[in-house]
Amino acid sequence: MAHLADPVAGVLPDPMLPAARRVLRTRRELADVWTVEIEPEADGHAFLPGQFNMLYAFGVGEAAISISGDPGEPNRLVHTIRSVGKVSEALARIRPGDLLGVRGPFGTGWPVAAADGADIVVVAGGLGLAPLRPALYRLFAERHRFGRVVLLCGARSPKDILFRREIERWRARLDIDAAVTVDHADHEWRGNVGVVTTLIGRAAFDPANTVAFVCGPEVMMRFAAVELETRGVRPEAIHLSMERNMKCAIGHCGHCQFGGDFVCKDGPVATFAQLRRRLALREI
Amino acid sequence: MTSSDRAVLTRNGLEALIATLAAAGYRVCGPTVRDGAIVYDDIAGVADLPAGWTDEQDAGSYRLKRRDDDALFGYVVGPHSWKKYLHPPHRRLWRAERRGDELAFTAEEAPAARFAFIGVRACELAAIAIQDKVFADGAYADPQYRSRREGAFIVAVNCGEAGGTCFCVSMETGPRARSGFDLSLTEIAGDGAPAYLVEAGSDDGRDVLDMLPRRAADAADIAAADAAIARAATEMGRKLDTDGIRDLLVENPDHPRWDEVAARCLTCGNCTMVCPTCFCTTTEDSSDLAGGSAERSQRWDSCFTLDFSYIHGGSVRSSSKARYRQWMTHKLATWWDQFDTSGCVGCGRCITWCPVGIDITEEARAIRSEPAGETKP
Amino acid sequence: MIEGMERIIREHRFFAGLDDETLAFIAGCTRNVRFDAGQHLFRAGDPANEFYLIRHGRVALELPVPGKDAITFQTAGEGDVVGVSWLVPPHRWLHDARAVDLVRAIGVDAKCLRRKCDDDHDVGYEMMQRFVPVLVDRLQATRLQILDVYGTSR
Repeated sequence: MAHLADPVAGVLPDPMLPAARRVLRTRRELADVWTVEIEPEADGHAFLPGQFNMLYAFGVGEAAISISGDPGEPNRLVHTIRSVGKVSEALARIRPGDLLGVRGPFGTGWPVAAADGADIVVVAGGLGLAPLRPALYRLFAERHRFGRVVLLCGARSPKDILFRREIERWRARLDIDAAVTVDHADHEWRGNVGVVTTLIGRAAFDPANTVAFVCGPEVMMRFAAVELETRGVRPEAIHLSMERNMKCAIGHCGHCQFGGDFVCKDGPVATFAQLRRRLALREI
Repeated sequence: MTSSDRAVLTRNGLEALIATLAAAGYRVCGPTVRDGAIVYDDIAGVADLPAGWTDEQDAGSYRLKRRDDDALFGYVVGPHSWKKYLHPPHRRLWRAERRGDELAFTAEEAPAARFAFIGVRACELAAIAIQDKVFADGAYADPQYRSRREGAFIVAVNCGEAGGTCFCVSMETGPRARSGFDLSLTEIAGDGAPAYLVEAGSDDGRDVLDMLPRRAADAADIAAADAAIARAATEMGRKLDTDGIRDLLVENPDHPRWDEVAARCLTCGNCTMVCPTCFCTTTEDSSDLAGGSAERSQRWDSCFTLDFSYIHGGSVRSSSKARYRQWMTHKLATWWDQFDTSGCVGCGRCITWCPVGIDITEEARAIRSEPAGETKP
Repeated sequence: MIEGMERIIREHRFFAGLDDETLAFIAGCTRNVRFDAGQHLFRAGDPANEFYLIRHGRVALELPVPGKDAITFQTAGEGDVVGVSWLVPPHRWLHDARAVDLVRAIGVDAKCLRRKCDDDHDVGYEMMQRFVPVLVDRLQATRLQILDVYGTSR
């Protein structure tokens, strides 16, 4: 009997298989938002600002969670999670010492290095500040490479301002303009009230030489991008972070498609020039 | 092509082919009649093949009819495609065990048995090649898929007649199988019974062919095979004009035709189940009651389900219009952006198995020829 | 004094592009004003006799709530207009405006400008062309606030 050729043997990495990682620290940021620090692999978990991991809660499921820590410190793997569904709720309730499954990092990142020499405008809405924080850390780490750095944060109300103490510390640096606004004030709030797009008009930056990073609910990103463009920032220089239903994060399950792009691998970060048409359509 | 690459088999030769593959440890699968349709299943020999059967297909309609000959491959494609084996409807991805203070993940291996597929049509070869691009050629490869795929032995069949919903000619995928097979067969008239012109398409194919009782192919055999294939090419039940179709669909998301088809579409997802290139899946997580072990499985999903695009308390595509538009635009247009090929191979299954008879070729024609209404910049 | 004001008005983005004659007229209806932090520019119900172009500082637009402190629904800043109800009968302010920081502004005499708009419709049209976009932007921004896009915190 002739022997038929064996199929190609060898061990292929399985991109759907999580790695078990221990939770080191957790910290409650807001009523429903936690930051979770996970022990990375032995040689660190390198990532680009804006990328995400798929975090698995034992027996419950996986969710795409933004990496919110400092890319310059790959030995600290930090995520910020909002409890909105079954999986994120389980992830948010995790305790130090518990074990999680981790896959990643996935996706495209904020092009910080490419923005060398430009003014940077960072517009964060709500939890959008979490995937932007790694970009801010990169900006601060090499502050001299950039012109003006402007941070504009919008939140629902004063008690929903994410990383508030850190924003205050950043603002205390004298080399960044930081402004915060809320949609709904309470009786104690003495700061700005109004949507974050109103801060764009008042910020000082050179539109012709500006790169913008915008992250938040899709509606907010759309209006912020339009406002930036009205101010004269080129749509190729306005970067947004898209979000869609994700199951695999590797372009195999089909769920995250946005037009022809897979948000998990052609995104989540993309330019307004690329996204504009689809953002204006309904149910795409 | 050397003479060792081509031969003619009789029915006995086919029986020997199946037996040889089975003896070599392959799980042999092929077409067989079941529940009023020709489906793919394990086959033990030629007796399991649909001898003397043909299918009559039209939008929303599939019937088997008896032929007046004993042709073994006198039909086209049924509700199954080879993705049921290469990209199975349900499979376990991994298991997780809690052992003391540790958590261990163990990937599921692909089953050891390798597949031998008998009767793969040209459109199906194209579909397999397309799914290869999705699962094996990208930045991330699916190890189980690659394992199943690389281990598979493929016996293609060139169609001698076209089906009522076939349009492989429009999609340039058939009816002739050109590559991607180990052996290909064309059923031709023989002495009292059909014979099979066989061509080897790979070293493995040549090795197997050498083991089979066969005779040399002569010019008449080749001419008969060519004529059968040429006839199939002229009998296509449908046509689809692919000229500029990518831009046509991407640039017309608000064409009134989408509303028109939405009024008919039940979003049942049949088209995605029978389509040989549709690949969407979802993951399912479960654990035992004690919380000591968990597992994740993957199963077929469909962009037609309401929660396919669910985020933040709602679905992005909640209307049936949006979901039909997504499927058709992906299949004929954005697939090009993603994989540099069309997603459609012209097999016609979506037309046949749609309960309300929606015809993708008719929809494409309507969008092309009917006015779009107000043009948007 | 009037010349200096004319230059300031000409440079303010709100009056940019007006012809010299109109600018000169408006300059005649304006004055420099200053509000200390905490001071009210106007209160809801007051006659809308003067509106403000903010040159420096922030102004909280607020609605008074019986029995409680007023709630801010919007913050205006440099370059913004505070007070649009001067255009619309019954010409009374619909909300409070309170300086959050030290505020320097150009105060424009609304009664004077309303009369001018009635007499000279070209000037009236120029004013409408400048104010209606402000109203539309405010409306859109307000809609976004109402949409509550960031979702709820429990």
